[in-house]
Amino acid sequence: MENEFQPIIVGFLCNWCSYRAADLAGTARVHYAPTMRPIRVMCTARVEPEFVLKALREGADGVLIAGCHPGECHYVEGNIKALRRFTLLKAMLRQFGVEDERVQLVWAAASEGKQLAEAVDRMTEQLRALGPLRWRQRVLGEQPVARHALEVEVGAD
Amino acid sequence: MAKPTFAMYWAASCGGCEISLLNVGELILDVDAAFDVVFWPCVADFKYQDVEGYPDGYIDLCLFNGAIRNSENEELAHLLRRKSKTLVAFGSCAYEGCAPGLANLTTNAATIRTVYTDSLTTDESRTQVPRPVTQVPEGEIHIPVLYETVRPLDQVVPVDYIIPGCPPEARQIAAVLRAVLTGMPLPAPGGTIIGAGNVALCEECPLAKNVKQITRFYRPYEIVPDPGICLLEQGLVCMGPATRSGCGALCPQVGMRCEGCYGPLDGQDQGARMLAAVASVVAAGGSHIDEHAQAQEIAAVMDTLVDPAGTFYRFSLAHSLLRRARVADNSA
Repeated sequence: MENEFQPIIVGFLCNWCSYRAADLAGTARVHYAPTMRPIRVMCTARVEPEFVLKALREGADGVLIAGCHPGECHYVEGNIKALRRFTLLKAMLRQFGVEDERVQLVWAAASEGKQLAEAVDRMTEQLRALGPLRWRQRVLGEQPVARHALEVEVGAD
Repeated sequence: MAKPTFAMYWAASCGGCEISLLNVGELILDVDAAFDVVFWPCVADFKYQDVEGYPDGYIDLCLFNGAIRNSENEELAHLLRRKSKTLVAFGSCAYEGCAPGLANLTTNAATIRTVYTDSLTTDESRTQVPRPVTQVPEGEIHIPVLYETVRPLDQVVPVDYIIPGCPPEARQIAAVLRAVLTGMPLPAPGGTIIGAGNVALCEECPLAKNVKQITRFYRPYEIVPDPGICLLEQGLVCMGPATRSGCGALCPQVGMRCEGCYGPLDGQDQGARMLAAVASVVAAGGSHIDEHAQAQEIAAVMDTLVDPAGTFYRFSLAHSLLRRARVADNSA
């Protein structure tokens, strides 16, 4: 267990549903993988493709975007716009050699804390199977400054 | 007083930047009168040894075009940086990798296979692949080593100014040259973009823009666009929304989509911005249908956009957030 690869997932969570789902998972003490670093956004449509690319470049092994189910968007159809971008972004990321499992879009309503936790668990397992991404180090051949510092910190616990 | 010195060099490029510079017309005579050309492989016979012999900072203005793709390009980038007071990344290749940078989507092995092995030839009897070292009776011959990743100039040495464009518009080059010739102060150096606008290309494009509703994408050869109407609305992936202005929107005005040669706006990733702009206006996946059908409908439209990475990053891949593709054998 100690030596098992703990992937880093950057999670962009919609303020109106999935962020509350994560809150619910916490207050309900649902056990799930501690791999996601949640970032609250006002809507999944706020997640620009640049955010995803930057997360992948700066050391994330995967990016999880979570928002309201279609038809339930606080801004009517922000989540549909996100789905359109996400669909095209995945097609483009395939050309960059980034596997589909590394960038995922899930719908989780405010009441679906358990479903969100399951999505994180599932994604964590998929990323473990794929292995680390480490873009700067392994693709660009740079020294892994940020990631290295992080690993030292985690290792000290 | 000795005249100021001028140099121009081409690394991994096509030579179009040289031609574009000559396109300034009669102004080139003023450049010739005002400057002493000390290195310009395209038009004058200077050797690399001549440049090595100059004192550091000897060249007052050096226009460097072309990306850094092999050991010779890199050596000259370092040499010219040392010998130049002002080093300008001239054109898209030096600024952001341009078309040579698209090699970053694959491997050297695959590129060499395509060029030397798989492509059709009139001589089927032999396959020749460039080798870094070759033995001949007189000794060893070395050629420059091809790098796995194409880099823009500013990823190799510090650059003072950038003039974008593939090639830079003659009108813009002339404006910069006139400023230099008349001694007008240039903006502070440090990778500063000159000879271009500061807004998106759409701002200077005269085509009529209505509400955008894209039902499918077309490649340029598939349709003849209606004149006078925004090409993006017609399903052509016109890069205008994510591209820096400065060219005068020449391509869209004659029915050819903007390919994005002036690069991204300040602080943006051109491909990601274009993806965001184009994907959210696709007319598919209305909220009246169920989730599964919705996802399928959207995927079907996106499938009509062939080669998104090559379309969105045709010029800026090597300077983008990810810079290159991840391939099995580039893991360190």
